[in-house]
Amino acid sequence: MPGKTKVLKKPTRTLADQSYLIEVVKGLGTTLKHFFQGTGQMVSGNVPNAVTDPLAEGISTLSYPEEKRAYSERWRGVHRLTHRDDGSPRCVACLCCSTACPAQCIYIKPGEYPEGDKRRGYERYPVEFVIDELRCIFCGFCVEACPCDAIRMDTGTHMTAFDVKSDFVYDKDKLMSMVSQHGTQKSENPRHEPGDPGHPGIDRLHGGH
Amino acid sequence: MLFWISTTLKVLVVVGFLAQVAALLLWVERKQSAMMQSRIGPNRATIKIGSLEIRAAGLVHSIADGIKMVWKADWEPTGGDHLLYRLAPIVAIVPALCLCAVLPFGPTVFLDHGRDLYDPAWATDAATLARSVPLQIANLDVGVLFIFAIAGAGVIGAALAGWSSDNKFSLMGGLRAASQMVSYEVAMGLSLVGAMMIYQTVRLDEMVTWQTQHCWGIFVQPVAFVLFVTAAIAETKRVPFDTPEGESELVAGYFTEYAGLKMAMFASGEFVEVCVSSALITTIFLGGWQFPFVQLTGLEFHYLGLNISWHWAHFVVVLVGFITFSLKCAFLIFMQLQVRWTLPRFRYDQIMKLGWRMLLPAALLNVLVTGTVLLFLNSGNG
Ligand code: SF4
Ligand code: SF4
Repeated sequence: MPGKTKVLKKPTRTLADQSYLIEVVKGLGTTLKHFFQGTGQMVSGNVPNAVTDPLAEGISTLSYPEEKRAYSERWRGVHRLTHRDDGSPRCVACLCCSTACPAQCIYIKPGEYPEGDKRRGYERYPVEFVIDELRCIFCGFCVEACPCDAIRMDTGTHMTAFDVKSDFVYDKDKLMSMVSQHGTQKSENPRHEPGDPGHPGIDRLHGGH
Repeated sequence: MLFWISTTLKVLVVVGFLAQVAALLLWVERKQSAMMQSRIGPNRATIKIGSLEIRAAGLVHSIADGIKMVWKADWEPTGGDHLLYRLAPIVAIVPALCLCAVLPFGPTVFLDHGRDLYDPAWATDAATLARSVPLQIANLDVGVLFIFAIAGAGVIGAALAGWSSDNKFSLMGGLRAASQMVSYEVAMGLSLVGAMMIYQTVRLDEMVTWQTQHCWGIFVQPVAFVLFVTAAIAETKRVPFDTPEGESELVAGYFTEYAGLKMAMFASGEFVEVCVSSALITTIFLGGWQFPFVQLTGLEFHYLGLNISWHWAHFVVVLVGFITFSLKCAFLIFMQLQVRWTLPRFRYDQIMKLGWRMLLPAALLNVLVTGTVLLFLNSGNG
């Protein structure tokens, strides 16, 4: 059984529409209105603040980079590596991010902590951590993949333009030096070092099972 | 002697002005479109003198553009016709410049009578006439016809450019430019026939005189005004009639293969055309250099029961006339740029339909109606 059919009325064109002239005059009226609004604002210096009032009527140009708007928390900018309390990277060199990365632009060289370090056996650390930001497609998969909240893209920073290609390749130091939009190098999520109360105490040699 | 000096001066002033017009209009176009679209527009180019930074509201961008154009590689396509390729930009810009020769931009200046009140006897007195300077480079008897002839030559530049570039996009652009300009010339010419019938002359200065004494052409020939403005915009090949250079289909049309200063010549030729067509519309339909209710003797307002006669010295009238002409042109240029940023581009077939099926019959009808009305009026008088 056929369903209900709704007949859409075709828009008709009146003679006035078809003569084109009236519509041209109307269009000119609209653009002239905006022209005088914009010119008036420019001349009187009454240009609305594009940072605080982005939806205001009239000129809404943001003079980037002198003026910037705050980005939402979810906005994906250049990466940073978060810090532990002692300033070392939270990253445990699990390679989840580099595996997830569709652009294959993360290179991590993992290393074992030295004998006697209480983290040895529990986790590794990145000897080298390199992201080629030029290859990166800013998908955020690396952030989603990380089990340790060690990599984040909440810096609120665009990829800057450099003269040399190698400048786009961010190494560990550079990534560690980036701060979040709020200026912190840490993450809000708690982290338990081996030996802390709350640390599961499971390592690669003595599994829980 | 006076003739040669004054003519040389007039040529220098007019050509000098038109040489600047491209840079100026480039700025106007950018800023105007920016204001319309709620943007700030170009404002970053800076001239630094010590700690002084000159930005001149974006005017410096025009200078920067000029410098850029000069330093661009003067690349030429290896195929094609080299002579025609180099000739085309010149052929495109020269007719536009020539058109200015017959445009009256002010009333005749009588050098001996600067401070006197205008007297119609001057125009017939041989000694006074010998010491007078018409504000018009060449006062041709053929007036409007000269304009049609020269404007028609403008198409050759575009066609040559398209042909000699050895590029299919250029060729298409050249073809489109040629057909479009030829089509609209017909409507353009016919739309003025009515005006010529009313003014009873083809001389531009006499047209202005008629309008000074009676009323502006736009009131007696409103249809012709609309037709002529439409056709004039089409002749300048600017949006909404810019299919010859429609970048979404033809890269840049007939000047795709041009670089550096040669391309700048095409671009500035376009602006000169805008300028000239505005001056032409002003002269034929908007009373030329006449300020409303100002006659050669000064302000004369004899309507609504008022009888105001405020007499001015001759040089004041001339000055007012010149300024009025400039302001009218500026307004029309502004409106042409506004049209360019308001309307979307027509399709090629729509342009042809508009030209042949709408403008041409309307122009013919206008001639018919004007003729009929004139006949009735004259038989009534006779
Ligand atoms: S954002 Fe995507 S492309 Fe960029 S490094 Fe992370 S996973 Fe790779
Ligand atoms: S950043 Fe996160 S996912 Fe990537 S290696 Fe380090 S801990 Fe693993």
